[in-house]
Amino acid sequence: MNRYLLRRLAQSAIAVLGTVTLVFFIQRLAGDPTLLMLPEGATREDIETLRRQLGFDRPVIEQYLDYVWQLLRLDLGQSLVQRLAVGDIIASRLPYTLYLAAAALVVALGIGLPVGVLMAVKRDTRLERLLVAFVLIGQSMPTFWSGILLILFFAVTLGVMPASGVDGFHSVILPAIALGALTMATFARVTRTAVLEELSRDYVPAAQAKGLRFRAVVFSHILRNAATPIITVSALEIANLLAGAIIVETVFAWPGLGQLAVQSIAARDFPIVQGIVLLGSFVAISLNLLADILYSVVDPRIRLEGRA
Amino acid sequence: MNAPLLLVEDLSVAIGAARVVDGVSLSIAPGEALALVGESGCGKSLTARAIMRLLPPAARHAGGRVTLDGRELGALDADAMADMRGSALSMIFQEPVASLDPLMPVGRQIVEAVLAHRRTSRGEAAKLALAMLEEVGIPDPVRRMAQYPFELSGGMCQRVMIAIALICRPRLLIADEPTTALDVTIQAQILALIKRLRRETGTAILLITHDMGVVADMADRIGVMYGGRIVEQGEVFALFRRQCHPYTKLLLKSLPSLEGERRTRLSTISGTVPDLHSWPPGCRFNPRCPLAVDRCRTDAPPLAPAADAAHLAACWETARMAELDR
Ligand SMILES: Nc1ncnc2c1ncn2[C@@H]1O[C@H](COP(=O)(O)OP(=O)(O)OP(=O)(O)O)[C@@H](O)[C@H]1O
Ligand code: SF4
Ligand SMILES: [Mg+2]
Repeated sequence: MNRYLLRRLAQSAIAVLGTVTLVFFIQRLAGDPTLLMLPEGATREDIETLRRQLGFDRPVIEQYLDYVWQLLRLDLGQSLVQRLAVGDIIASRLPYTLYLAAAALVVALGIGLPVGVLMAVKRDTRLERLLVAFVLIGQSMPTFWSGILLILFFAVTLGVMPASGVDGFHSVILPAIALGALTMATFARVTRTAVLEELSRDYVPAAQAKGLRFRAVVFSHILRNAATPIITVSALEIANLLAGAIIVETVFAWPGLGQLAVQSIAARDFPIVQGIVLLGSFVAISLNLLADILYSVVDPRIRLEGRA
Repeated sequence: MNAPLLLVEDLSVAIGAARVVDGVSLSIAPGEALALVGESGCGKSLTARAIMRLLPPAARHAGGRVTLDGRELGALDADAMADMRGSALSMIFQEPVASLDPLMPVGRQIVEAVLAHRRTSRGEAAKLALAMLEEVGIPDPVRRMAQYPFELSGGMCQRVMIAIALICRPRLLIADEPTTALDVTIQAQILALIKRLRRETGTAILLITHDMGVVADMADRIGVMYGGRIVEQGEVFALFRRQCHPYTKLLLKSLPSLEGERRTRLSTISGTVPDLHSWPPGCRFNPRCPLAVDRCRTDAPPLAPAADAAHLAACWETARMAELDR
């Protein structure tokens, strides 16, 4: 492990702590949470009892330290509605969201990368124009809209796919397409730009001058050099994908975290909402760290920093 | 002259509507070195890249034939042409560092060149690469093999490029200003290296340069380009002794002294090279030429024998060259 990665690791730890702190204080700033937690018409005594129970009568700094300590033990508190540990509730929903997100990522990368490379390599051909139109569709359709259209066409009209819920392998296909479409378009655009940029570099004709075929130059040189911007975008896009899951899970009645978030907001179950927010931030920060680790795998100039 | 190794006939390259290489013809015998000189932008690099069939995307072939060892390169399909590159003819580019893939160890980039043409194992190819790195004078080649281009100096990268270009023993090496990006002492080393390898392998060379000292040192014959055309061609010393085209004459006159101060760049002659879209009709040099007559502004002079059969010039007024000495 070199200095670059240690520094990035430390930065990520600070970012996590910052998020935790921010979530804590935003909650306190938003006013007395007990008022939000209790049903309307609760008595003064009810409020006082809950305040003491939840420790809101103690000094803020003490509460904060308590809260951090709790999180360190991976304790996210209790759901207000279900009287279950938030951690357990989230854990029961997480696999569905991961499954959906992974399927959407397969759609996005599996289509986006090759389409991007083709758009760059086949520049100014009919194929490129066709692909540009395809990407534009993926990019401009709002997720809820494409979700509804997919359901109407494949589930209602053709009847070949289930309209909603989780029932066998089939059921992930439509939500994965709805969720992955925008990400696919982004990957395609970024890949196209990155590959075009690399195509204009001097090492391309030089590699061809060795006797390599153009295809070989693309696979063994250009793709690797184009990877850096694609990795950067991937980290952001996977985070966006998780945000998009909120909509897609609602449209397709998919029992993941996105649906849980919507239900919990409606039910004012704040510990769960907070748990999901913290988890989301943690994932986003980890993805960025992962991207930085990948850069140094791909690019020796980062990996060997200090050796030359 | 024996049968030429490389025969270029009437080669043209266009960018948009402009013919930036316009009917270039030249030939190189096996083992011979031809220098191509001329001011910046006169089409030297595009001529080289047209021969390699590796034109930049903006440029396209606009006619002519290139024959190497009796095979017409334009008639080959893309894969067959790729097989010729690196094995029958190689090219080294002006920017050695940018010509290497920054993310791949240099050893593997040399190995790639071997594997493109020979069916051997990676291990065997690596042995060849190592031997070649020694041949081009890279100290501690085992360590260098594993290094990335950014860990090597410009001179080292150029040696690696030369190793890549010569490892499959091509019959023709095109070197496009192989030393321009390097500092003076390294320049001398690289030129000495190319000379030694040429002696040992008998490779013919098409050398593109700005530097008359390099021409005198390295080349047997010289082709002078102006405005995308070859305006004079002949044996180096014959041409240094006597010029048959006003452009060449002024080019050489603008040098301080050939023997004394050698490594001098071509300095500009009065007037500037016209923009590539605005070549005049007739002889492209006519706006800057002191000998120009009416005919020069309407008819383009062909490249024809001037002083003798081996010394060609494209000028209507070759007979009046003496006037330029006054
Ligand atoms: N990739 C390109 N795109 C557009 N124009 C180009 C390109 N490459 C060359 N040209 C133009 O074509 C003409 C000939 O270029 P070329 O590179 O062959 O000149 P050169 O003789 O090699 O010059 P130099 O000595 O500066 O290398 C120039 O006017 C140049 O501006
Ligand atoms: S043809 Fe005319 S313009 Fe061209 S170089 Fe000769 S004298 Fe000058
Ligand atoms: Mg050039």
